[in-house]
Amino acid sequence: MASPIDPSHSTPTNEPPVQVSDDAQGYYVPGEPLVDPRTPTGPIKDRWTTRKFENRLVNPANRRKLSIIIVGTGLAGGAAAATLGEAGYNVKSFCYQDSPRRAHSIAAQGGINAAKNYKEDGDSTHRLFYDTVKGGDYRSRESNVYRLAEVSANIIDQCVAQGVPFAREYGGLLDNRSFGGVQVSRTFYARGQTGQQLLIGAYQAMERQVAAGTVTEYTRHEMLELIVADGRARGIIARNMVTGEIETHLADVVVLASGGYGNVFYLSTNAMGSNVTATWRAHRKGAYFANPCYTQIHPTCIPVSGSHQSKLTLMSESLRNDGRIWVPKKKADCDKDPRQIPEQDRDYYLERIYPSFGNLVPRDIASRGAKNVCDEGRGVGPEVDGVRRGVYLDFADSIARLGEDAVREKYGNLFDMYKQITGENPYEVPMRIYPAVHYTMGGLWVDYDLQSSIPGLFVTGEANFSDHGANRLGASALMQGLADGYFVLPNTIREYLADGPFDALDESHPAVAEAKKSVEDRVQHFLSTNGTRSVDSYHRELGNIMWEYCGMERTEDGLKKAIDLIRGLREDFWRNVKVLGTADSLNQSLEKAGRVADFFELGELMCIDALNRRESCGGHFRAESQTEDGEALRHDDQFAYVAAWEFGGDGAQPVLHKEDLVYTAIEMKQRSYK
Amino acid sequence: MAVSGLLFIAFVLMHMYGNLKAFGGHDSYNTYAEHLRTFGEPILPREGLLWILRLGLIVALIAHVASALALWHRAGTARSTKYVAKKNLGSSFSSRTMRWGGITLLLFVVWHLLHFTIVKINPAGGATNDPYNLLVDSFQEWWMTILYLVAMAALGLHLHHGTWSSLQTLGWTSSAAARTRAKVAGWVVAIVIAGGFSLVPLFVLFGVID
Amino acid sequence: MKVTLKIWRQPDAASPGAMHTYEVDKVSEDMSFLEMLDVLNEQLNAQGEDPVAFDSDCREGICGMCGLMINGQAHGPEVTTTCQLHMRSFKDGDEIVVEPWRSDAFPVLKDLVVDRGALDRIIQAGGFISVNTGSAPEAHSVPVPRDDAVRAFSAAACIGCGACVAACPNGSASLFLGAKITHLGELPQGQPERHSRVVDMVAQHDHEGFGGCTNIGECTAACPKEIPLDVISQLNRDLRTALVHGR
Repeated sequence: MASPIDPSHSTPTNEPPVQVSDDAQGYYVPGEPLVDPRTPTGPIKDRWTTRKFENRLVNPANRRKLSIIIVGTGLAGGAAAATLGEAGYNVKSFCYQDSPRRAHSIAAQGGINAAKNYKEDGDSTHRLFYDTVKGGDYRSRESNVYRLAEVSANIIDQCVAQGVPFAREYGGLLDNRSFGGVQVSRTFYARGQTGQQLLIGAYQAMERQVAAGTVTEYTRHEMLELIVADGRARGIIARNMVTGEIETHLADVVVLASGGYGNVFYLSTNAMGSNVTATWRAHRKGAYFANPCYTQIHPTCIPVSGSHQSKLTLMSESLRNDGRIWVPKKKADCDKDPRQIPEQDRDYYLERIYPSFGNLVPRDIASRGAKNVCDEGRGVGPEVDGVRRGVYLDFADSIARLGEDAVREKYGNLFDMYKQITGENPYEVPMRIYPAVHYTMGGLWVDYDLQSSIPGLFVTGEANFSDHGANRLGASALMQGLADGYFVLPNTIREYLADGPFDALDESHPAVAEAKKSVEDRVQHFLSTNGTRSVDSYHRELGNIMWEYCGMERTEDGLKKAIDLIRGLREDFWRNVKVLGTADSLNQSLEKAGRVADFFELGELMCIDALNRRESCGGHFRAESQTEDGEALRHDDQFAYVAAWEFGGDGAQPVLHKEDLVYTAIEMKQRSYK
Repeated sequence: MAVSGLLFIAFVLMHMYGNLKAFGGHDSYNTYAEHLRTFGEPILPREGLLWILRLGLIVALIAHVASALALWHRAGTARSTKYVAKKNLGSSFSSRTMRWGGITLLLFVVWHLLHFTIVKINPAGGATNDPYNLLVDSFQEWWMTILYLVAMAALGLHLHHGTWSSLQTLGWTSSAAARTRAKVAGWVVAIVIAGGFSLVPLFVLFGVID
Repeated sequence: MKVTLKIWRQPDAASPGAMHTYEVDKVSEDMSFLEMLDVLNEQLNAQGEDPVAFDSDCREGICGMCGLMINGQAHGPEVTTTCQLHMRSFKDGDEIVVEPWRSDAFPVLKDLVVDRGALDRIIQAGGFISVNTGSAPEAHSVPVPRDDAVRAFSAAACIGCGACVAACPNGSASLFLGAKITHLGELPQGQPERHSRVVDMVAQHDHEGFGGCTNIGECTAACPKEIPLDVISQLNRDLRTALVHGR
């Protein structure tokens, strides 16, 4: 711990921020300050316990009369469906995939953090809390993060009991590793497939409830609209993706667990179908969208090989432990066989700029470094749209020092994956890597109880904004998804449901009819536009704009340019998109059109948020806010707040509500990796 | 399927052992055949044991064929639309020929029973009441020997997959060593039985046994 | 390079389908098979023809959503998922036959998209450990021998893609079933429900219309996660034990 602050007192350690700059002037409307009405009080370590006690209970006999819609079946949604089903509520679960088991949580590789302190290396709830707030560059809410650290240990117990086959030591106890640069070993893992194993655990628990009749699953259903009636979220409009039927589903409460929005960049490590529609439609109905510009860009992904590229594949960043990153010093060498480039003509730029951390600098610094050298024209690999975007990750030294077998032992599966995708053998030729969008820390604004600004709409997992601040630590996404789904939401949603069941809603209610009609109109619009360009071509172009101007490094001019470009492209999209097929059948172009339409609106808001935040923090780097050495420079005095954006209406400016971040159990510090 | 199959394996092993008595000459073979009929007397009537075995085999046959038909039918309804292109990569030839091979064997068994047990057909036109002579007369015809050899090849294939498969179905292959044993057992049973049966017709044809 | 594709087209579950031939030019060997189909679909879209529907999601070989029969092999000529198959596995001028998984338990919804809900229903029948959230004991209270954990993990690596069913001449889902039985049965936490689990899951498997296993081994050869055939042996062993004990 940096400072011995007594965690039991609650005196703020920071002043409320006062923003001086106003880069986004003319793009937004300032709104009322935002205060979380459910902010817990008292000593930080007691807040969650107190809240669980204060939140009202629902009589078991009444639970089956209360219905809950959950959109998404990843760790957050699947775990919530299982837990609420076990409690006896009447749960309807929706996913766009053909099975709940396919949600993209499944692709997480590294592991899940938990403050078990099994290694007796000084870990604790407080240390996990501290690391997470610090890792998030002091842009998350401390009460939420503390709760996350607190329930982390229960997650491991639950998963083990479900049969998740975590890695074990010879004595039969659970193995841990250190992950993402933290100094304790608190990461539980199942080879490189931790996300898969955790998701299968949640999925099985949920399927058990399907068999028990408490959960009904709607697969190949996509939520296209939120129903807000009399001020409360009361249901969704979903399209049956097989029959095309536009269905109305009503309930007492709606939970969105629909994941992140990295696919606004077109190329990302997200799944093809990952989209923002569920949360964006809720945003348009009144839910605030918080910190949309916070995106995490992962440095060790396989580079783009051509304009056909549909997605990017991440490789564990553990590769940076033994690989050395370099590019040629001379542009002329960039298309040479790297093995022919002599040592003195190589630029090991991370080792050169950051001698003490070298290749192990944090994700955002490593990512930006790669972008900078490629922008200088020193990138390697195939030219895509005239630029080589790749840097070498070279294991020649490690192979010489440790032997090929030792390297294979450590990284064999990653090397195989690389070879499968690129056709190159990384034992002989240096790997090529490039950063890719990986995770979005922003999301719908929620209070401490995970309720959005629309009563009755709860948001969990990556879809909300609350726990990771401006940057997420490795192995913390799985922790948050399961914490929300298994332990937090079931204990907070009951406070809301204790007032239910709410008045029965009819499909003829104006709010329902309006929502349904708007979905049908949109579908009809896409099918009748009969333009000339495919949905994918628009998506790719939007992605390029976002990547170029709202990616690893953002500038005032670039963001303003991006906003103009997005607006122009969006207008063209609505006039000129070509969607074939019919409304009443499986129509994948139609599905994509709706998602891309929402990405356009989100993309613009991301740029406005990035424009407003004239500071560099976590995954958000503003070129105007850096130290003399080119390092990220935070401005806590101006920006220690959550930017919660309210939808202003079509064509109108969004409204910015600021929620000040107040720390009592931790003191803000600038980071340094020099 | 697996249980009846294992019973058949036991049966054909005994049967093959009996056939090899032909190498002992006329009397050895006929005495063995006769002994099968008198075994257990006087507690059992003449041919008592034989009928018990025959009944057991008939029940096993019905079970085996019924299971095979059920599996075949299930396979058919499980994939009513066939592939335009389908490759087989993980399976042995023997495993893919179980069904048609099984039908071949069934037809052969019918012929075999007509030949040696029910009708007793002597292709040379000689006597049929002496088992040894019937055997020798039959296999001195080249086409008869070929017919039996083809049937034994079918039996060998059937046993090669069948032995392994029955052990796997009964769950006796859940360790690596047990799986290796089951695979080896498939080869051994197939070679020993098909080979053992083939010896007598071949030796008759080439005049070693006469 | 250039390839000729023969693809199964079927407008919906109720309509008949047929093979259609398409040509795709300018295929790069760095494309994944699905990216090549994306290129075809862009081409079809430009021509005003309905794009080919196929499933895919993560495109990194783990979600199990994709799955095509390519030249008679489930997921094509490499031991991997369709999304991780790259065009360098083909040659210029190749003719490639692309069909959906064929199983009556997996009805075709459109073109190459099938409904694999039957696999979910098999899991619903017992593919879980009944432990309510919050009732779990401390994780270290039951040590698990490392080898058991490793074997459980290997079986749990199943991605539920259905390639085993697609490749099986009998249309059986025994490898999928055996993988779950082995995953949960290897762990101490899975013991209380071990007998009922296998009996119920096998009953559901048969009820869904999957074929019976004849231990042929096509499933394991097609499995992108290389689930070994011994999980079926484990399934049979557990079923035998359960039946002997009257479940």
